Amino acid sequence: MDLGLTPSELKFRDELRAWLKANLPAKTSKAVKTADSTHEYHAYLKSWQRKLYDGGYAGVNWPKEYGGRGATFIEQAIFQEELALADAPERMGTIGQGLVGPTIIAVGTEEQKKRYLPGILSGDEVWCQGFSEPNAGSDLAALETKAVRDGDDFVINGQKIWTSYAHIADLCLLVVRTDPSAAKHKGLTSLLVDMKSPGITVRPLKMMSGDSGFNEMFFSNLRVPVKQTIGQVNDGWSVAITALSNERANLGTGLYVVFKRNLDAVIDHARKLKRNGKPVIDDPVMRQRLAQAYVDLEVFRLNTTRSLSILNRTGAPGPEGSIQKLYWSELNQRNAQIAMEVLGPNALSSEFDGGRWVYNYLRSRGNTIEAGTSEVQRNIIAQRVLGLPRSY
Amino acid sequence: MEFELSKPQKLLQKSTRDLFSRECPHKRVRELMATDTALNPELWAAVADQGWLGIHLDEEAGGLGLGVVDLAVVAEEMGRACFPGPFLGTVWAATLVAAASPKSKLLEPLTTGASKGAVALLEADTTWNPADVQFKATADGAGVKLSGKKTYVIDAGVADVIVVVARGDKGLSLVAVPTKTAGVKITAIAPVDQTRKLYEVELTDVKLGADAVLATGDAAAKALARSLEVATVVVAADMLGGMQWILEAAVEYAKTRQQFGKTIGTFQSVQHMCADMLLWTESSRSAIYYAGWALDAEPSDAARAVSLAKAYASDASREVANRGVQVHGGIGFTWEHDLQLYYKRSKASEVLFGDSAYHRNLLAALAFDRPSAAIA
Repeated sequence: MDLGLTPSELKFRDELRAWLKANLPAKTSKAVKTADSTHEYHAYLKSWQRKLYDGGYAGVNWPKEYGGRGATFIEQAIFQEELALADAPERMGTIGQGLVGPTIIAVGTEEQKKRYLPGILSGDEVWCQGFSEPNAGSDLAALETKAVRDGDDFVINGQKIWTSYAHIADLCLLVVRTDPSAAKHKGLTSLLVDMKSPGITVRPLKMMSGDSGFNEMFFSNLRVPVKQTIGQVNDGWSVAITALSNERANLGTGLYVVFKRNLDAVIDHARKLKRNGKPVIDDPVMRQRLAQAYVDLEVFRLNTTRSLSILNRTGAPGPEGSIQKLYWSELNQRNAQIAMEVLGPNALSSEFDGGRWVYNYLRSRGNTIEAGTSEVQRNIIAQRVLGLPRSY
Repeated sequence: MEFELSKPQKLLQKSTRDLFSRECPHKRVRELMATDTALNPELWAAVADQGWLGIHLDEEAGGLGLGVVDLAVVAEEMGRACFPGPFLGTVWAATLVAAASPKSKLLEPLTTGASKGAVALLEADTTWNPADVQFKATADGAGVKLSGKKTYVIDAGVADVIVVVARGDKGLSLVAVPTKTAGVKITAIAPVDQTRKLYEVELTDVKLGADAVLATGDAAAKALARSLEVATVVVAADMLGGMQWILEAAVEYAKTRQQFGKTIGTFQSVQHMCADMLLWTESSRSAIYYAGWALDAEPSDAARAVSLAKAYASDASREVANRGVQVHGGIGFTWEHDLQLYYKRSKASEVLFGDSAYHRNLLAALAFDRPSAAIA
């Protein structure tokens, strides 16, 4: 065991730090992101992605031959953590870089790689992921959006939901049903779809927290050339699984920094706010609650480090992602609740401290649902790690 | 960065596991736990011969010169086997003597297993916080005189020497008391966990020479703190081994037990209990092995790391034990099933060296009562 960084990991970190110092935008995300600044905000995020690209920091996890950096898993984690520490803008192209790009690299044709990969890295093209449907959430393979072959095209009708970035995306990795007579995993096809095609309507959905990052998509006689298929026709499920395994390989490495900042700020409130005439931090019950928040968070960090170390050795993302996702989503909900308790009556206000804590509380509610519910994560752990029988 | 056991540590893990599955099956655990001391001379010799009592101590002190991580590997396997009898008392005593008085003649016999030791810290109404100690050491000529009661002293009944934590003129005082000294009375306490024995130690006008005092004041406090940290990791790693055994037993049972015409492991309610058990076990593993590593490699973070591990693992171990019994249903609640051994050992380990609430308080002092450190 040696938890220190190796000389090459330190070099990677120090170069990145220096680069960030020189290249971070003058304005932070928070300063640019206001309710009515959508266009300006996207331009801001696009220019940030371009800077990362020019600096050689787009697609750090991608192989070098496709324009990536070929970084180790530990370097990828350093990258995420350093960006979070520097309070860098969010990555608008997360779906493209984290999910679609690696899928195209794994199963796409040479032509598809040439056409799509550069745009993902440069940030010129934003992707979304058309998977979930109203009747196909956790049971994704039950999806119903229908594609019927007509000459060289598929004609697509149906609906997708919870599609992050669809309102700004240029392209979509879309999974459709091409053979309704086959078993549910067998009749699917994955397509690379131009979002400007006629027949696509996008309707933003608002979250209970007030965010509107995700959408509904409706398809009415949308025509997509058959040559836009990625993988084989009727083998779209394996493509979707490739994409999802990349989603699950994400260990949540940047999240510790975000959560730690939150907890530090909560502790700061606990020092200043009074309970029974004393600072909240000196209230024995709240002190225990806060210490529990601290324990859960610090153990998350250690879990992340250990998972990374294992991933670095095996090279193959396993079920660690499910364990990490289950852990951090429930941790974030518990700690958001403890923050509300520290606030006392101020938890009634969605303006107190800029509304930060009410927002965190409401937004965290979605954490155990998005990107695989806690129930699905527990199923995966039980079945793939512990070897218990499939329950469905 | 590498956060996994090294190759030699994996070998150590395997040889430890092999030894215990050979020498210490549950049948033997049950036989020994029914005795007064749970001590079996052959089992003791087997452990001592491997050098495990001083695995983390310097070679000059009779140790193997490895680290606390290696000690944790051994302790984890002991927990997995429900290893009965003295180990904890002697390891704690050896660690304490090594830190307080590395030249002491007591040290080598303890690390090699030629003698057995114990540390007497707790008193009525105290916890593991050394600041609570009331027990008086009074000057007696050039020597020292001890009178009073210590309680929940681990392994005192088999110990040749007990290091008594007392309060003297110069603050804390660590006094080595041979158990054969006149005025020493040791009485067994009926324990929740029969595999590790606890005792009350009563001293009545016990007179010892100046050489019995291993350390006083700051030196004593520092040595005691270090020994408590190491012993806490040993107990936490013991819990980890227990958690791993319980998890495996529950999963195995869920794969075979049939109800409603199906194996119960098909039911998601059962699967989810098992998934949570895995998450708690693996998270404990991260925290405990980090603490073991920090004790040697990152001393400035050791106190925090140890409390983090014990706070997390104490709750995790209890919950894993509870779910383990729940998955088993009625049979898991019987004396006959070996789960009961782990259930009780888990409960005792949760309490030993401070439960989660105790360590959360320590962490609050470390993390909240001074300015937040930078994250990186």
